[in-house]
Amino acid sequence: MHIIEDGNAAAALGVKLCRANVIAAYPITPQTPLTEKLSEYVESGEMKAEYIPVESEHSAMAVCIAASSAGARAFTATSANGLLYMHEQVQWAAGARLPIVMCVVNRAVGAPWNVWNDQQDSISQRDTGWIQMYCADHQQIIDSVIKAFWLAEKVSIPIMVCYDGFLLSHTFMPFDLPDQEKVDAFLPPFRPAYALNPDEPASLNTVTLPDVRIDVHGELAHGYMEIRYLLQEELRASLAVAAEADKRFTEIFGRGGDPYIEPYRCDDADHIAVGLGSLTYQLRVSVDALRKEGIKVGVMGIRFYRPFPDEAIANALKGKKGVIVFEKALSYGYEGALASDLKSALYEHLAGTGRLPLVQNFIAGIGGREIRTDDLTQTLRAATQSRIAKEPTWIGLKL
Amino acid sequence: MQAKTTILSLPTEEFVHPGTRACTGCGLAIAYRVGLKALGKNTILVVPPSCLTVLQGLFPVASTKLPCLNVTFASTAAAATGILATLKSQGKTNIQVAAWAGDGGTSDIGLQALSGAAERGENFIYLCYDNEGYMNTGVQRSGTTPIGAITANTPFKGKLQQKKDVPAIMAAHHLSYVATCSAAYPLDLYDKIVKCKDMPGTKYFHIHIPCPPGWGYDPRYGIKVGRLAVETGYYDLYEIVNGEFKLTAASEKLVEKRKLVPVREYFRAQSRFKILTDEQIADIQNQIDAKWAAYYKKDE
Repeated sequence: MHIIEDGNAAAALGVKLCRANVIAAYPITPQTPLTEKLSEYVESGEMKAEYIPVESEHSAMAVCIAASSAGARAFTATSANGLLYMHEQVQWAAGARLPIVMCVVNRAVGAPWNVWNDQQDSISQRDTGWIQMYCADHQQIIDSVIKAFWLAEKVSIPIMVCYDGFLLSHTFMPFDLPDQEKVDAFLPPFRPAYALNPDEPASLNTVTLPDVRIDVHGELAHGYMEIRYLLQEELRASLAVAAEADKRFTEIFGRGGDPYIEPYRCDDADHIAVGLGSLTYQLRVSVDALRKEGIKVGVMGIRFYRPFPDEAIANALKGKKGVIVFEKALSYGYEGALASDLKSALYEHLAGTGRLPLVQNFIAGIGGREIRTDDLTQTLRAATQSRIAKEPTWIGLKL
Repeated sequence: MQAKTTILSLPTEEFVHPGTRACTGCGLAIAYRVGLKALGKNTILVVPPSCLTVLQGLFPVASTKLPCLNVTFASTAAAATGILATLKSQGKTNIQVAAWAGDGGTSDIGLQALSGAAERGENFIYLCYDNEGYMNTGVQRSGTTPIGAITANTPFKGKLQQKKDVPAIMAAHHLSYVATCSAAYPLDLYDKIVKCKDMPGTKYFHIHIPCPPGWGYDPRYGIKVGRLAVETGYYDLYEIVNGEFKLTAASEKLVEKRKLVPVREYFRAQSRFKILTDEQIADIQNQIDAKWAAYYKKDE
């Protein structure tokens, strides 16, 4: 059924369709309409779940961690400083291997205070051991939430579903609302290997030593390092599981595609713009305009940022003249994190082949600064013609 | 009223294996062992980093026979909430959730989450074991370290501020049950836990825990030191049931006796109070006497 709703409602509907058991949330703009919607579903009885209005984001993730440890399908959502406040818990959820799903409604972080969109919040959580998915429209938001629960529970790794605050969260768009029966067919009830239970007592997340240790049965148990190594290995392996998720999703819902990247007019392009989230759809307008001028340019959205689909990205960019990375976040003191990751992937897979593209990095839309499509078009045109002088270059600065 | 449990009627089933990693003479080891007997088998525990994390053993060995979720320092009561929500969604109504946290994890870093859970009326038992400092990290001051106590970060002058009254803070949340206990009176702890198990909402326990390395006394004197705290009227055992305050157990008997052991004896039994001068002790004695005068008056 096609409906017209805002991005936050798309996320909330996705969570409802997934039959989350426990939802914990603390209000922060622009996430609030999403969690308000969920509280409405729960209070009206439309959704059978426990909704916990916690006193902080740190506690929101604590509730999710404990709920998931006890066998519940748990969800939370946040933005900006809320995500930063929960950072300790974010790391904990990944270390404890709990399949929590969290929407990050991307917003700039303080100081100074700013409620508008950029992606510094979720990018700053890149190294926490979570899977990160980025959405470019409302259909992707609701579909990603559904896929995220399946994937998270399959690999026992938590997932952030990230979408741009206001640009997506508060704008209305038509999208297909999946049927409950189909979602139920796609996503079975959550059955963890172990859930806290007095009949089968276990102590979870106890102090774990630097070296391995023999357990009471005489078997060698993992040390901290083995546990962390497995998180890395299984995060990397989850790339293949994400492809499986997408295949299953396509079979049941009739839509899907590349789970990692979303190329647009890339096949014959010499230069490819790359980005995360709604910016990549805006860049399509610039690409169309430049194509009319005869400039062979395309745009590639990255849907899956962690684990980084380096091979798929390198394959897609192989032999291109230039890669132009647009980012709404940066690793302060260097450049955009995505640009660094791309360079690393390209070097890893293409060094010595003579097919290594030039990578240029632009920073845009920080703290909600309007990104004018004309500016994107001009920047893209210039970047295809010559190498920019200073990297990263900030677009739309008024200095 | 339930009959008082005696050492003969205390259940023999143990939920803590012998040979924990607690220090010799640890008051927590006593309170935890007896407390778990009161909570019973059908319990899920939540524990933040604290001495208890160490007492419980290092992976893959555990000294507790109950399921236990170790959580981050500030998140104890929120984590208990998450387990409760899950049990509710699963329709399981017979499982008790109990959180055991230290005084730092309660009065300082965990206070926000605890207040939030108490305000929401989360149905669980929160037990703060108060050894009056960050003992697990090497005896630093906490919100509940008493005035005059030398700690690793109040090394010469002792703590200059009063002990934070956490049970009073929790009572201000209008809980069905708030109690103070002491490791030196484990059967009182047992009876109070059993008593409140079926009461609604959050139940709060504040348990005084003598700590040999942190307080500076010979490990064999833990019970003696704990009892002195009560017998001097320095640390009071009481219950607040639905807002009704009542001294209990040994403290209740002190009202009948109308006689307190001088607080000097409590201070002089521990090295942490060695810098307290006679004048300071006299001042604290006056405060204790005034507090007890009010108790006596109420009793008349």
